[in-house]
Amino acid sequence: MFETLMLSRIQFAANISFHILFPTITIALSWFLFFFKLRFDQTADPVWMRAYRFWVKIFAITFAIGVVSGITMSFQFGTNWPKFMETVGNIAGPLLGYEVLTAFFLEAGFLGIMLFGINRVSAKVHTLSTLIVAFGTTLSSFWILALNSWMQTPQGHEMRGGVAFPVDWLAIIFNPSFPYRLSHMLLASGLTAAFLIAGISAYRLLKGDDKRAPKLTLKIALSVAMVLTPLQIFVGDLHGLNTLKHQPQKIAAMEGIWHTEKSAPLLLFAIPDEKNKRNTFELAIPAMASFILTHDFNGEIKGLNEFEGNHPPVKPVFYAFRVMVGLGMLMLLLAWLARIQLWRKDKLPRWLLKILVMMSFSGWIGTLAGWYVTEIGRQPWLVTGVLTVKDAATTIAPGNVALSLSLYLLLYLVLMVAYLHTIFTMASRAIEIEEISETEQQPSLNQASINATLAQE
Amino acid sequence: MFEINTLATIFAALMGVSILLYAILDGYDLGVGILLPLEQADNSDTMIASIGPFWDANETWLVLAIGLLLIAFPVAHSYVFEALYLPTAILLISLVLRGVAFDFRAKAAFSHKPTWNKVFKAGSLLAALSQGYMLGMYVMGFESSMTAYCFSMLSAFGVAAAYSYIGACWLIMKTEGALQIQAVNWAKKAGWICFFGVLLVSIVNPLINADVYAKWFTWPVTLYILPLPLLCFILFAVSYRVLQNLPKTEDRHCWLPFCLTVIIFTLCFIGLAFSFFPYIVPGKLTIWETASAPESLSFILWGAIVVIPVIASYTAFSYRVFWGKVQELRYH
Repeated sequence: MFETLMLSRIQFAANISFHILFPTITIALSWFLFFFKLRFDQTADPVWMRAYRFWVKIFAITFAIGVVSGITMSFQFGTNWPKFMETVGNIAGPLLGYEVLTAFFLEAGFLGIMLFGINRVSAKVHTLSTLIVAFGTTLSSFWILALNSWMQTPQGHEMRGGVAFPVDWLAIIFNPSFPYRLSHMLLASGLTAAFLIAGISAYRLLKGDDKRAPKLTLKIALSVAMVLTPLQIFVGDLHGLNTLKHQPQKIAAMEGIWHTEKSAPLLLFAIPDEKNKRNTFELAIPAMASFILTHDFNGEIKGLNEFEGNHPPVKPVFYAFRVMVGLGMLMLLLAWLARIQLWRKDKLPRWLLKILVMMSFSGWIGTLAGWYVTEIGRQPWLVTGVLTVKDAATTIAPGNVALSLSLYLLLYLVLMVAYLHTIFTMASRAIEIEEISETEQQPSLNQASINATLAQE
Repeated sequence: MFEINTLATIFAALMGVSILLYAILDGYDLGVGILLPLEQADNSDTMIASIGPFWDANETWLVLAIGLLLIAFPVAHSYVFEALYLPTAILLISLVLRGVAFDFRAKAAFSHKPTWNKVFKAGSLLAALSQGYMLGMYVMGFESSMTAYCFSMLSAFGVAAAYSYIGACWLIMKTEGALQIQAVNWAKKAGWICFFGVLLVSIVNPLINADVYAKWFTWPVTLYILPLPLLCFILFAVSYRVLQNLPKTEDRHCWLPFCLTVIIFTLCFIGLAFSFFPYIVPGKLTIWETASAPESLSFILWGAIVVIPVIASYTAFSYRVFWGKVQELRYH
């Protein structure tokens, strides 16, 4: 059980799971911030600066954890997965390299100006810096998802002496699953940030914050969530169809289909039994899985029996998929319910605000569940058809990996507690700040209202 | 377009430049962290404010350096980091701790601030120590012997001293008043330790590595290369002399120690690079043996040629925006 391979897998999963939580917020939050700043420049209404200033602090802390937990990743490839780079380094290397060169430096270079430079540069340059940081975070996801998608659906390379060599870079980057995965992830980020903003704004309102800023951010976040949830469900469906074409064994595990069948039912719930290759406690809608995946009630879906010894473990993929879809449906319902309520009554009842607070980090759960589906669903392969996870692992003594893993887990636990505590402390402190004063309200120069908001703290 | 040996050399050079830039840039901000006086809250705030807008970008050079090793010499990347598995884990955890402490200390409830200051200082120190240890092990060719461990421990303290040195020089440039005077004192002390560290490595390195000895002491190469360490030691002396007269009226020459330290760092780096080139793992693997496929390296090289000047220009822009003495740091 606890040999080096297993420990390395747990360690990598822990590192990447922890890491992805933070970029998932910052990718979209940076675009929200750009929007706030742009509106401030256009209207000179200080409420936009209030919204910007509150959320840019949360952005800073989230971004910092994202950066430092990301550095870990660039070392892990070599320490725990030496054969990964030795086999596909010719492909993975340049994609990672472009991420560092084009995205990381861009983000980090303009972050200083975005966070601390508002009084040192013109309003235009500051807004532009915010835009560049947003663009950088998005560009970063472009490169890393290109690599991840290539590992799922590799093409554009040739194998020579057991090593992959690039043949066509465009084919490598725009591999079959890439457009779907990129859109799915960017939308997931949008939803994660939207529900975070909605949840923290709802928290402030619940605690008696009667200022304009949290009301405004709640409204914007819910509007965004209302548009993005149906879009995400649509893109997710397309992504599923793409997976059916290129990685049918993953779909079979997601749907819990053990034997190839026509009119496959959609399992709302079941307990997969890996040993006897069947499900128990099935709750199903007949023929629905066939309809969703083939757009035909009689459509044939390949079962796990077709991929003997070459398919992922069923349980984690099956359950994670249901968590993701269930949460997506809940988000859809909640976003529309709350936004319509806000439109009709101009405020939300307390119970709805409470639910939104509970949903603050729901995007995290959905994102992780989705990644577990796709990454565990890739097993036993690290790069489909090219390299298995087992062959890529390190030969370091298990004791060393166990030690590093324990340290990482302890660190992540402490950081998570500190992060959540700090965010809610910041929200509580924001409540005590005075509402924007009359003098501030006058459409004066931007600088005057910036200084006035500064003086408040 | 390029043949593989040319590409390997170019990438080794790029990686070298990234490592050097990392040591200088993250060096000063790690150094500031190491020097953080826990009992002086005001000075801590000013010191951290002086590195606030830069540290994210500074650490990106580490990602680039490790990234280039991974991209261009994947076999060496695996070899080095398997050999340095635990120090690497400690380095990463320290960097994580200090990075988050930077943000948490500004945002957590006030009572926690001293705790985050401690974490920031400890993380900075531990990161510098583990980098120094890794450098020591690298110079010793990843040997597992008592000598290697002792040398690496010394190297760990040497690097921590070097970072404190450049960090103190950064503070002389960016601060004023009592803190600036304190920084001058720190720079003098750290400078001495750093000087002995460099001297020690200069003596030990050729003595334990026969290849390195042969490289440095082959006539007439010695004639060209020996001025390098000499210049380095002269600069230490010049820097000490400058520090004795700081601060001057109207804050003249406050930037000079930092510039001298940058040159010292560069000379030390050139010395090490000269000792080991073309080996990427001393005595075992050369850059020619470990280079990736030329088609991959060419693909990334074209991007690098376009992007690196752009990075340099906006980095310069950012330093210009925050030019001059540090002001209170506020999030906007």
